[in-house]
Parts: sequence; structure tokens; C-alpha cells
Amino acid sequence: MLAYLVKRVFQAIAVMLVISLVGFAIQDNLGDPLRELVGQSVSEEVRQELRDELGLNDSFLKQYTRFLGNALQGDLGTSYFFKEPALDVILKKLPATLELVLGATLIIVGLSVPLGVYTAIKPNTILSRLIMGISIVGISIPVFLTAILMIFVFSVEFGWLPSYGRGDVVTVFGHWDTNFATLDGWAHILLPSLALASIMLPLFVRLIRAEMMEVLQSEYVKYAKAKGIRPFRIYFVHALKNTLLPVITVGGVQIGTMVAYTILTETVFQWPGMGFMFLEAVNRVDTPLIVAYLIVVGFIFVLTNTVVDLIYGLVNPTVNLARMGA
Amino acid sequence: MSLLSVRDLTVKFAMRDNTVTALDNISFDLAKGERLGIVGESGAGKSITGFALMNLLSRPGFIDNGKILFEGEDIANMSDAQMRGIRGNRMAMIFQDPMVTLNPVLTIGQQMVETLMAHRKLSKAEAEQIAVVKLREVYIPSPEERLAQYPHELSGGMRQRIIIAMALLLDPELIIADEPTTALDVTIQADIMELLLELCQSNKVGLILITHDLGVVSQMTERTLVMYAGKIIEAGRTREIINDPQHPYTQGLINALPQQTKPGMRLKQIPGNMPSLTAIPAGCPFSPRCEYVRDHCRTTRPEPVQYAHVEVACHEVNRLHRENSEEQSA
Repeated sequence: MLAYLVKRVFQAIAVMLVISLVGFAIQDNLGDPLRELVGQSVSEEVRQELRDELGLNDSFLKQYTRFLGNALQGDLGTSYFFKEPALDVILKKLPATLELVLGATLIIVGLSVPLGVYTAIKPNTILSRLIMGISIVGISIPVFLTAILMIFVFSVEFGWLPSYGRGDVVTVFGHWDTNFATLDGWAHILLPSLALASIMLPLFVRLIRAEMMEVLQSEYVKYAKAKGIRPFRIYFVHALKNTLLPVITVGGVQIGTMVAYTILTETVFQWPGMGFMFLEAVNRVDTPLIVAYLIVVGFIFVLTNTVVDLIYGLVNPTVNLARMGA
Repeated sequence: MSLLSVRDLTVKFAMRDNTVTALDNISFDLAKGERLGIVGESGAGKSITGFALMNLLSRPGFIDNGKILFEGEDIANMSDAQMRGIRGNRMAMIFQDPMVTLNPVLTIGQQMVETLMAHRKLSKAEAEQIAVVKLREVYIPSPEERLAQYPHELSGGMRQRIIIAMALLLDPELIIADEPTTALDVTIQADIMELLLELCQSNKVGLILITHDLGVVSQMTERTLVMYAGKIIEAGRTREIINDPQHPYTQGLINALPQQTKPGMRLKQIPGNMPSLTAIPAGCPFSPRCEYVRDHCRTTRPEPVQYAHVEVACHEVNRLHRENSEEQSA
């Protein structure tokens, strides 16, 4: 188990190195940082001097190793706009984004399992056909359009739910602002979470349905019937456990993808998270912030995937983590 | 009264715009503790017979007509809940491939205990005790430890032993074994069959053994049904059928056995293939492959008649017998 863990951590480090390299290489191609720093009134000589001072004339490799060294100490550069360490800026926005992803994940997990199982068990009912039909629509419509439609219906027409911002947040654990402590917070996070879930939820319903239907055809399900086991136990113990194994693997990747999707959702709902911040950083050509964002999101991706792989090993008895380390 | 009495059982499969008949008016009886073999080529309807007896046909298959009387009760018309009380309890089934029969994410113990608890009011500890006793009966070493193991930790032969133990958990009156050794190593096949025979005899359990292996049938069973294209074409005591088959198809099957041919010679195979269920010939289904075929064989379906010691569905059985005995005396 430990050997496997170490192996996975090394893999994760390798992936992070690649991400940092890509992120850093982008930095060089986003234009002249001097223009952002000093404006137009400074003479060319002073600019050259500044370039030397900042190390911008060093070789790529030298600059990259310096960047890596700083990054390891938690320094991902300083945001031009905020005049603060980029990582601090991102970490301040992180809770808002993670809560949004959490909200969407809760919706997805809570709804996809019952809907997927139902449509697999009773594929021919009107309700099943309706669910499958809606799921196709959900996958097809882009997140920002779904978001705008929901604002139009629930905020503008009916006026039930707020259309932007986080509302009343409560600070917990020192720095973390949470939406889940007040009713107003819940009301504010509902629409953005739904919008974020709108692509993944149908995907998961369809995935669970397809896996479940295949599992229901398997010999061990037939055998369970031949043993006189009740249908409820066959569906939710024999079949669902086997269904969820591949779903967990896909699910882990999708949680990472959702962090990226927050850019659209946060922009539409003016949600003060990292995605919204990233878009603003792009508009301001705030290069260090852009690079820092890429690296943080990459880190979240790698982290969730590693955790999911470990969970998979714990859930699936045929995966022997102890042996896989060897 | 016989344990099982099947009358005019017809199973059909619903296709897009018509139905095909997979089992055509099957009738047979099984006495308490009797062992019956069902033989035939792939696609003859052997496995479908097994699943129909458990009322476990999955769609698009369905029982179209007929009765399956199990101790006088008609299984064919039972509700799901009633049927659940019989499956695994009074009637157990052993599947073909032990590698895919057990659920990969549940332990052996969980799968045995759930079967017991589905039919009897027992605590988990009591159920585990019964499971250990049954595992010991099928010669599983250190059965207590097996309960905590997952199927993938055990070999195919071991898994099939466990499945046999599961079949015996609730002391059923009938076990239906659908080619229980086909998926296993040849060296283990004989062990498993011997074990099954021993347990059926000592527990006085009825057995329906579905197989294509005539050798196994002759060792294991007292009576045999030979199936072809969804029909029973010959039925009788196993010894009579093996030693003196009446139907040309059964004769062909026995002549095709390697033991019937001198080493180095070509095996005598039956020409052609079994017809697909969508294109069963009118008249005798075996007529296109039969070397004794006459015109009326192609138009009129033969009804089973008593001949010698067996029941056989063949128009030409008299002539055939005459020719064979002439051949032998010549």
C-alpha cells in the first residue's frame, strides 16, 4: 500500500513538472512584461536595465529553474494588478470555487445514481424516456447558455432566486468563507451549482445507465436471481457496486474538469471565485496570475486523480494496492 | 408422485415482428432423487430448458404454453415472489462458468450468507456456520478463511466447488446443472462430476444435468433426454440410449465419439449443422442431415413412440432397426 502510494506521488510530481513547464512557457509568449510594469514613458535603456535586473535576459532553462525553485517555496510570482503574491490572490478566491464545485458534485452524485439506476432497470417507461431525452438536451447546451436561461426563468421571470454573487457568507476556520451556513448563501449557490452540473449530470446518468444495463446482463446477476435474492438487493448490492467501479474512475477526472468549467459559470453568475478571477487576469494580461492559476488548477487535477485512484483500489477487491507497488 | 413433471412446455422468443420457437412441446418427468441428463448440440435448447424450469428466462424469451409441475405446483404460472421462494431454496442451479458466476465485489461468505438469509430466518453467525459445514462437504480446505475471500482469489475448480456448496445450502430437492464442467480444466472436470454425483446420491437430491458430453451422461445419470432443434427426439434409460440408440441423430452422436473410431482414422461426424431456430424444416427437424431420410420425413413431423426400451421420434425407426440388425447378422 505504502509502496503504491509513493509510486503514485512520484507520478503526480512528474505530471506537475510538465504542467509547470507548459505554464511557464506560456508566460514568455503573452507579451512583454515590461509594458505592463512600467507603461510607455520609460526609455529603452532603462527598460534594458530593468530586464537584466529581473533576469528576463537569462536563458530559458535558467529562468525556468528559478521559477521552479520559487514555486517550491510557494512563490508563484506577484500579480501585476493586485501587487500581491499570485498564490495569495488565488487562495483567497479558492473557497468560492471549491464550494461551487462541491455544490455541483452533490447535485450530480445525489441525482445521477437514482436516475441512472432507474433508467437502467425500467428502460421502457415514459419517465425513463423523458429522463434520457432531457439528458441529451443537457449535454448539448453549453453551460453559459444553460446558466443564462436559468437566470431568465428563476431570477427574472419568477424572481425566486438571486442571479449573481455569493450573498451572505460566513467565515469559518479563519479564512474560509462558506455559503452553506445561511439560507441566503444556499439560495445564491443553488443556480450556479445547477448550471455547473448541467453537463456532467446527464453524462453521469447516461454512464451509470449504460454500465448498469451491462451489469444486469451478467452471469452473476442471473445467478443471484437463481438463488432467490430479492430484486432490491440484486440492484443495489450486486449490480450497483459493480456499476460504480468504472464510474468512480471517470468521475475523478470530471471533478477536475469541473474546476475548469467554473470559468464560464462564475462569469455568468459574477461568482467571486478563481474562474472569474482568471478571466479578469486574462483581460488585464496579468501574466503571473494566469500562470499561477494554471498551476493551481493542474495541481487540483492531479490531486483529485490520485485520490480517486486510491479510493478505487479500496473499493475494488481485485485491485491489490500492496502488490501494485512492487 | 414425481418431483418434477413437465407437460407440453413451449418456449418462444419474441423477435421484431414474429416469434421463434425455442422449445417445442417438451414433456418429461423426474422422480425424487432421480438423475436426468439432457444432451444435444449447442443451440438444441438444453440451457433454455434449464432456465425455463427455474422460470428465469430473460427477455425476449417467454414460456408460451405448457405446465411445469414441481411437487404438484405449476411453476410456469407462479408470481415472481412465489418463484423467489423456490429458487435457490427447493431448486438450485449450477451455472456453466464459475469464473463469471460469482459476484466479483462480494466475498464468498457474503454470497453464501445472503442466500441462506433470503430463505430462512437466521442470524449472520448461524448462516456462516451452515456455510462452513457445506464448504467442508465439498472438500474446500480451511473453509472459515474462504468466507472472507473474494472470488478472484480462488481457482476455477475451487469456485465451482463453492457454487456446488451454495446449491446445497438449503438442501434443495432438485439441482439443475448447466454444463458445470465445460469451462474447467480437463483434470478437474472428473473431480467435480464425481463430487456432484456423490453429493446428489448422499443427499437424495434430484439432478438435471445439461451437457453435450455423452460420456459424462453415462456416468452420472439414470435417464437421458436427447434434444434436437428444441425437441426431445429420444428419451429413455441412459444405459439403453448409450448402448442401443434408436434415433439416427443419437446414433450419429455416439458414432462421433473418438472411442468409436480406430486411432488415426477420421472421426465420423454428422454432416451439416443444426438448423437455426428461425428456419426449422417442416416435418422431422433432422431430415436434412439424416442418411435414412424418406419423403414423408420432410413433410410430416414424427411423434414420439415407444420403441425397444426408449421413446423415439422417428418415422423410420422400424426400418432402421431392421437394417441395422441385418447388417450385424451379415
